[in-house]
Amino acid sequence: MSTTVTSHRPQPPAQPVTLRAKRLPAYAAPAVAVVALLLSAGIVYGAGIGGPVLVVVVGALLYLAGLFLAANAVEGRRSARNRTWSALIHSAFVLAVLPLASVVWTLVSKGAERLDANFFLTSMNNIGARDANGGAYHAIIGTLEQVGIATLITVPLGVLCAIYVVEYGRGRFAFTIRFFVDVMTGIPSIVTGLFVLAFWVLIVSPLFSPDGQPGFSGFAAALALSVLMLPTVVRSTEEMLRLVPAPLREGAYALGVPKWKTILRVVLPTALPGIVTGIMLAVARAAGETAPVLLVAGGGAAINFNPFENNQSSLALFVYQQAGEASKYSPARAWTAALTLVALVLILTVAAKLLARRNRLGR
Amino acid sequence: MGDNPHRSAHAGTGGTHVATSHEGPAGASARVAESSGNPRMTDNGLGGGGALPRARAFGAERAFRGLTLAAGTAVLVIIAAIAIFLIAKAVPALRTNTESFWTYEGWFPNENPPKFGIGALAFGTVLSSALALLMAVPVALGIALYLSHYAPRRLGNSLGFLIDLLAAVPSVVFGLWGRDYLVKPVADLSAWLHEYFGWIPIFGEGPYGSSILLGSLVLAIMVLPIVTSLSREVFRQTPTANEEAALALGATRWEMICTAVLPYGRPGVIAAVMLGLGRALGETIALALTLGSTYAISFNILESGGNSIAANIALKFAEANATGRGALIASGLVLFAITLIVNITARAIIYRRREFTESAA
Amino acid sequence: MAKRIEATDVTAYYGAFKAIENINLTVEPKTVTALIGPSGCGKSTFLRSINRMHEVLPGARVEGSLTIDNQDIYDRDVDVTAVRRMIGMVFQRPNPFPTMSIFENVVAGLRLNGVRKKSILEEAAEKALRSANLWDEVKDRLGKPGAGLSGGQQQRLCIARTIAVEPQVVLMDEPCSALDPISTLAIEDLMFQLKDKFTIIIVTHNMQQAARVSDRTAFFSIEKTGDPGRLIEYDNTQKIFSNPSQKKTEDYITGRFG
Repeated sequence: MSTTVTSHRPQPPAQPVTLRAKRLPAYAAPAVAVVALLLSAGIVYGAGIGGPVLVVVVGALLYLAGLFLAANAVEGRRSARNRTWSALIHSAFVLAVLPLASVVWTLVSKGAERLDANFFLTSMNNIGARDANGGAYHAIIGTLEQVGIATLITVPLGVLCAIYVVEYGRGRFAFTIRFFVDVMTGIPSIVTGLFVLAFWVLIVSPLFSPDGQPGFSGFAAALALSVLMLPTVVRSTEEMLRLVPAPLREGAYALGVPKWKTILRVVLPTALPGIVTGIMLAVARAAGETAPVLLVAGGGAAINFNPFENNQSSLALFVYQQAGEASKYSPARAWTAALTLVALVLILTVAAKLLARRNRLGR
Repeated sequence: MGDNPHRSAHAGTGGTHVATSHEGPAGASARVAESSGNPRMTDNGLGGGGALPRARAFGAERAFRGLTLAAGTAVLVIIAAIAIFLIAKAVPALRTNTESFWTYEGWFPNENPPKFGIGALAFGTVLSSALALLMAVPVALGIALYLSHYAPRRLGNSLGFLIDLLAAVPSVVFGLWGRDYLVKPVADLSAWLHEYFGWIPIFGEGPYGSSILLGSLVLAIMVLPIVTSLSREVFRQTPTANEEAALALGATRWEMICTAVLPYGRPGVIAAVMLGLGRALGETIALALTLGSTYAISFNILESGGNSIAANIALKFAEANATGRGALIASGLVLFAITLIVNITARAIIYRRREFTESAA
Repeated sequence: MAKRIEATDVTAYYGAFKAIENINLTVEPKTVTALIGPSGCGKSTFLRSINRMHEVLPGARVEGSLTIDNQDIYDRDVDVTAVRRMIGMVFQRPNPFPTMSIFENVVAGLRLNGVRKKSILEEAAEKALRSANLWDEVKDRLGKPGAGLSGGQQQRLCIARTIAVEPQVVLMDEPCSALDPISTLAIEDLMFQLKDKFTIIIVTHNMQQAARVSDRTAFFSIEKTGDPGRLIEYDNTQKIFSNPSQKKTEDYITGRFG
């Protein structure tokens, strides 16, 4: 590329001779907003094409256009773009707040209706369509048992698998495990339910039942939930183990500590807060899953403390069932159960996050 | 996003400290190792310290390693089992199907002869997810940018925390809310859309109500917190040095975001969107509660109807006989395949991008 | 083209913490001025207040007067981006944009200012890279990622990026502290050449470097930790390093302190 010929000197835009630039006064933005709203109201109501929501929407669009034009005229293109994008980003925030706040508000206000002892201590056994009583005791038991068993299965399996991949694994096998675990983090929960249906309920459970018929159980749901939790637990444990600094391990080896002891006594304790965080988040997610429980737990209405036999329900499934019932008392039950479920999930999530903040590794 | 070997360098200085602070357990086991080696030391008459203990052929180390290997293998076995058992249960039902599984628009596996096809289901799954992401992603990115670069720090952190919590809310709650509270506004909106934009085919005629529009909206609201939360993390990790470099060149705030934040964050954002897409595709309950559950392929998103693979499974499960269950499992397999493809594609994109940006290191 | 910078009673805060107090100095056009002093005495803070990068941090503010050719930089009507366009900055760690190629890095500033024509960008890039003594090394791989260069090359790339927009003043915040001695020498040579066109202010921890490259030197110091940094002495480099007027300066130069 030949260099400059004097008549073709590259000319960046002329240097600002003065640093001062004209600025929009502070009242400009609100003024444009007001004008936009009035204009929009005039158009919408004048032409009769919509209601207050449309006024706000059209007003917002007019505001953005007006702001851009005003800023462009006074401050220049780049500043106009800056202001307009800034306004857009702020409005994205407002746009999202509305539905999310509505969900939260509905949950709290409608859920408060049945926050009574009866709800938490009775089940739906023998509750007819005209019965105002009935509660989620059986569902709560179900959730606790199913999630508990799932955690008992997943944690040792997942942590040991992660230990293998990080500490012992080498080459293709470890890579294969990592690859498939990664890919499996995206498995839809209903597919895990179908798997347990196909495997446990339809093939294995008849072998154990007295009449050879397939049986739903809370344990089946626990299996499905553990398949769901497993990739997440493996992934997050793996990440935490990798964050443990190599010098920590080397220090132990140099003292003659065997590898397995190093892992159990040095590496794991260091990574433990992070691992526990990952497990708690996985548990929170499992507690909220409806689809797997719907498919394999049977959705029983009565209290059943035995997860290995007979139908069970869970909180999430209970919400879904009540949502589908025609009784006029069902919506209240559904919302209160939903509130309980959300409270459970949030407590776990907040605890996990607080624990994560105290984690010395990473972040 | 957590994979950062550089961090281990921080504890490099802690290396020597570690040895002393862990003298307890490590020292104890070192002593154990010594004492177990002692008998051997006196065995062969070499002076000055004796021979080193022989490595055990079978001991705790091998056992532990074997245990972890077993766990790793078990995980792979489970994954393989999922595919195997699903296929095993799906095939018999597929064999008895008298219509084309891929294109038939209807679901009658319990009848004789069984007729079922996922045409409408797959269509509904993809359409509702695509619409949901179309609506959610721009808003999510806007909020993420707001929280990471526009809001005052404390506000950004608290709101970010709230959004993280919202991402944990179970989908059944969103489905319930959508069905009870969003139906009327969406019906009104549908009527308005049809009146003024009815010439666009997607805004067809009613009746309005439980439609793909409603389902997609609920999905969008559900997916929003997740995509926002992940994107915000990504944007926050933009190296401050690059942001300062852009500002020092005379960039406005938005230009700085375009120059330093968005390009750097692109792989992470793609990952976040793909994750959201995966959640939307697999979502069962929210759609079961808000879609109209018909079996027709139609681009009219306003009319009552629409269906998705997952929602169909939830709705048809109770009444299914053996063939019916097999059919549902077959549809689940298709869904599984779709989500696998999305997941693998996402990882391929991120992997390729990472090579470019990390080529220096 | 290069301009004069005047600082009058400049005081800078990080929230409630006063980092520097009552700095008075004048930098003449087309000179190299070095700011030296022990760690934490506010040299970088002062440097950043010149191109208004200090206020990017939340809670940070500047009092006093800073003018460039008698235009007040901190006037309320002033467009910050115009200030930064006129006063460029090179940072301590090289920070090329990782997702951009070498070419895109160099012309990043021009693109931001709306220059679109490929031919103009290419000529400007070549000019800047030549001025930064980097052209011969990268002319065959302008499309490769900017992050793929060595540390010294990356820093020269950042310098090319800064001068491509043709600022009046170039601020350098310890530009060589992350580099090896050979790259450091290359950049010091570069400063001699750039002096012809730009006013340069450089913060450096390396006294030998200050002695080598600068025309005038300003010595900053603090009484004790927590105090604001002050300008102790500001004079021709020759004088500062051979016969300083202040005892504190002499203590620092001879290594008795700091």
